[in-house]
Amino acid sequence: SALLVYKGLNCCESVYSPSSQEHILRQESGLQICMSRSDIISTVEFNHSGELLATGDKGGRVVIFQQETENKSQPQCRSEYNVYSTFQSHEPEFDYLKSLEIEEKINKIRWLPQKNAAQFLLSTNDKTIKLWKISERDKRPEGYNLKEEDGRYRDAATITTLRVPVFRPMDLMVEASPRRVFVNGHTYHINSISVNSDNETYLSADDLRINLWHLEITDRSFNVVDIKPANMEELTEVITAAEFHPHQCNTFVYSSSKGTIRLCDMRASALCDKHSKLFEEPEDPSNRSFFSEIISSISDVKFSHNGRYMMTRDYLSVKIWDLNMENRPVETYQVHEYLRSKLCSLYENDCIFDKFECCWNGNDSVVMTGSYNNFFRMLDRSQRRDVTLEASRESCKARQVLKPRRVCAGGKRKKDEISVDSLDFNKKILHTAWHPQENIIAVATTNNLYIFQEKVN
Amino acid sequence: MFSKGTKRKFSDGDEEISDESLVGARVASSYSLQRQSLLDMSLIKLQLCHMLVEPNLCRSVLIANTVRQIQEEMTHDGSWHMVTEAFCGPGQSPSERLVATEVLCRSREQDAEPKLFSVISYEGCREEEVVADETLCSVSVSDTVSNVCLAGRVGQCWEKSELSGVERDEEALEDSRLGSGEDEEIDTEDGASTESPKTTGQVFGTFEIKNGSPGPDSALEELFSDVDTSYYDLDTMLTGMQSAPKMGPYDLLDSLAPSHSSPSIVSTPTCRSDLNELDHIMEIIVGS
Repeated sequence: SALLVYKGLNCCESVYSPSSQEHILRQESGLQICMSRSDIISTVEFNHSGELLATGDKGGRVVIFQQETENKSQPQCRSEYNVYSTFQSHEPEFDYLKSLEIEEKINKIRWLPQKNAAQFLLSTNDKTIKLWKISERDKRPEGYNLKEEDGRYRDAATITTLRVPVFRPMDLMVEASPRRVFVNGHTYHINSISVNSDNETYLSADDLRINLWHLEITDRSFNVVDIKPANMEELTEVITAAEFHPHQCNTFVYSSSKGTIRLCDMRASALCDKHSKLFEEPEDPSNRSFFSEIISSISDVKFSHNGRYMMTRDYLSVKIWDLNMENRPVETYQVHEYLRSKLCSLYENDCIFDKFECCWNGNDSVVMTGSYNNFFRMLDRSQRRDVTLEASRESCKARQVLKPRRVCAGGKRKKDEISVDSLDFNKKILHTAWHPQENIIAVATTNNLYIFQEKVN
Repeated sequence: MFSKGTKRKFSDGDEEISDESLVGARVASSYSLQRQSLLDMSLIKLQLCHMLVEPNLCRSVLIANTVRQIQEEMTHDGSWHMVTEAFCGPGQSPSERLVATEVLCRSREQDAEPKLFSVISYEGCREEEVVADETLCSVSVSDTVSNVCLAGRVGQCWEKSELSGVERDEEALEDSRLGSGEDEEIDTEDGASTESPKTTGQVFGTFEIKNGSPGPDSALEELFSDVDTSYYDLDTMLTGMQSAPKMGPYDLLDSLAPSHSSPSIVSTPTCRSDLNELDHIMEIIVGS
């Protein structure tokens, strides 16, 4: 069925150019786009229509791609995503008080719903959130009365008539400008931002606190969750992710490093330290090890589009929770169970701390998450099927249909299978995104962005 | 990094063992070796995170919780307070070997959760206790504390040097303890490990106990007879760490459930006076 058949759409890959000694981002369609540096992609997010796809990277840059369909009247026609705008969102900073550098790496990007011609997005690094306005300019005023075309002022003596400028078409220019900068809200590292359905407020979460902001107000934020203990020695749990409910503007959830999710209702009290609901699955005693807690730590939480479910990602699995049932998830999917016997090695090389994200498709029937060796997994909830695919140059270049991959956990390795010990743990897919309406997915490997579209026969 | 082409794990060949008792003994001692190496690894990770610009708080918390978990289990086992190593050469008899314990020095109530630990940094042979807390990793002004590792208190140090003819005698564990308040003895018999004498190659980072000490007093004397401040430095530890992965089946550790020995009363671990002083000084600095 359609789930299993994805073909490469186009990919933007990072290529080192010895002549310019730069990393440039190149699209397979042949168009070369030069950037100063192409860095490790740290976040990927479609906007609400899916027309725009934003990526943030470790160098503090945001690159936005725009969908261009060959033939707009035919919905399943091949689309391409081409670079639309590039801007430097965050710069590295130095905290003089603590003698610590603040990384410019973009941790998250979240789009605001579109209200007018311009697009708005929030981007955040560890400490500072910025609201960016991305607008198009395709006309410019020409024929000023007092100025020449190049901006120099005309000699006043030569001006004899009144001339009113008129707008004339020009080449499309996309401008990004920072409209708000939300600073000093967080002592710890920001891991999540989430725009509220009221389109006026948003939350930002760090390791120990969650703040509520108004999009118009930058000098104040309201703290809604604070789990910092009085004595830091007693700290055993941190916040790992947070998100607003897609429809209920009073509800948000946050996940923890102990594998719990707390749902909070802002109507109940101003400070949501006490949760309304606590979602936690009892531990399986047969699987207990010293790594149990670490692998239970939730790296991402996402509400379904319909708002009835939420999905959590921990190290080895994806869980779907019904918001009405707190004691266990309704569905659990193993992402890469074959890693369970390798946990000690993965602890040693720190891979066990990798934070994988997860995402829903438009109608909440399929979920997707990344793995190692540039593999990513699609889990079909309705058909109870799953597939492992690989994001690689080969799959993109030839516009090939993606071939399902299999990992051999032990025993005899079949043809076309790859053994666990051959997996490359440096090639991890942490960030994936799904177009809100179409079956187009964006998958970020370390340096490259792959965009795949469903192939319909 | 765990890149392509790594060797298959030891456990791949484990299935052929037929002698169950041998398996049991091997598993048990292996388990405690693995546990120890996991503890070592975790403490190194916590140490190293001090050196980073701004460590990841989530990661630090998870590692610290793992350390705490191991500590608790080792405390129940009766093996926590005797994390020692001999520093002298192979020629010396067991009775002359120093019990160099740098363990939890804080007396605590029975059954109180051993919630405190710390990371010890080593510079050459100098003993130094570094409290892993916010004051170390950042300048904290009032409440604006940077993330960083947790605060902890006491820790331990041990040496990864290989010992010849090391024997681990669970009974001697009891005898060497110093009780400063509580004299209960650990029921060492229900520890997870059995009494298999180890070969030199197998020992990395386990305990070294003197044999046949009759009572706490003489243990105390012996304890302080050879004060040795030459702890292994970080390099040795790291070297030892790197060689550790070859040593045994990590998978074994993963698959074993932590030992749930019957609740045993833990006696207060041994202390050293100069470490107590250092403790005290650090307390003042930390302001706890």
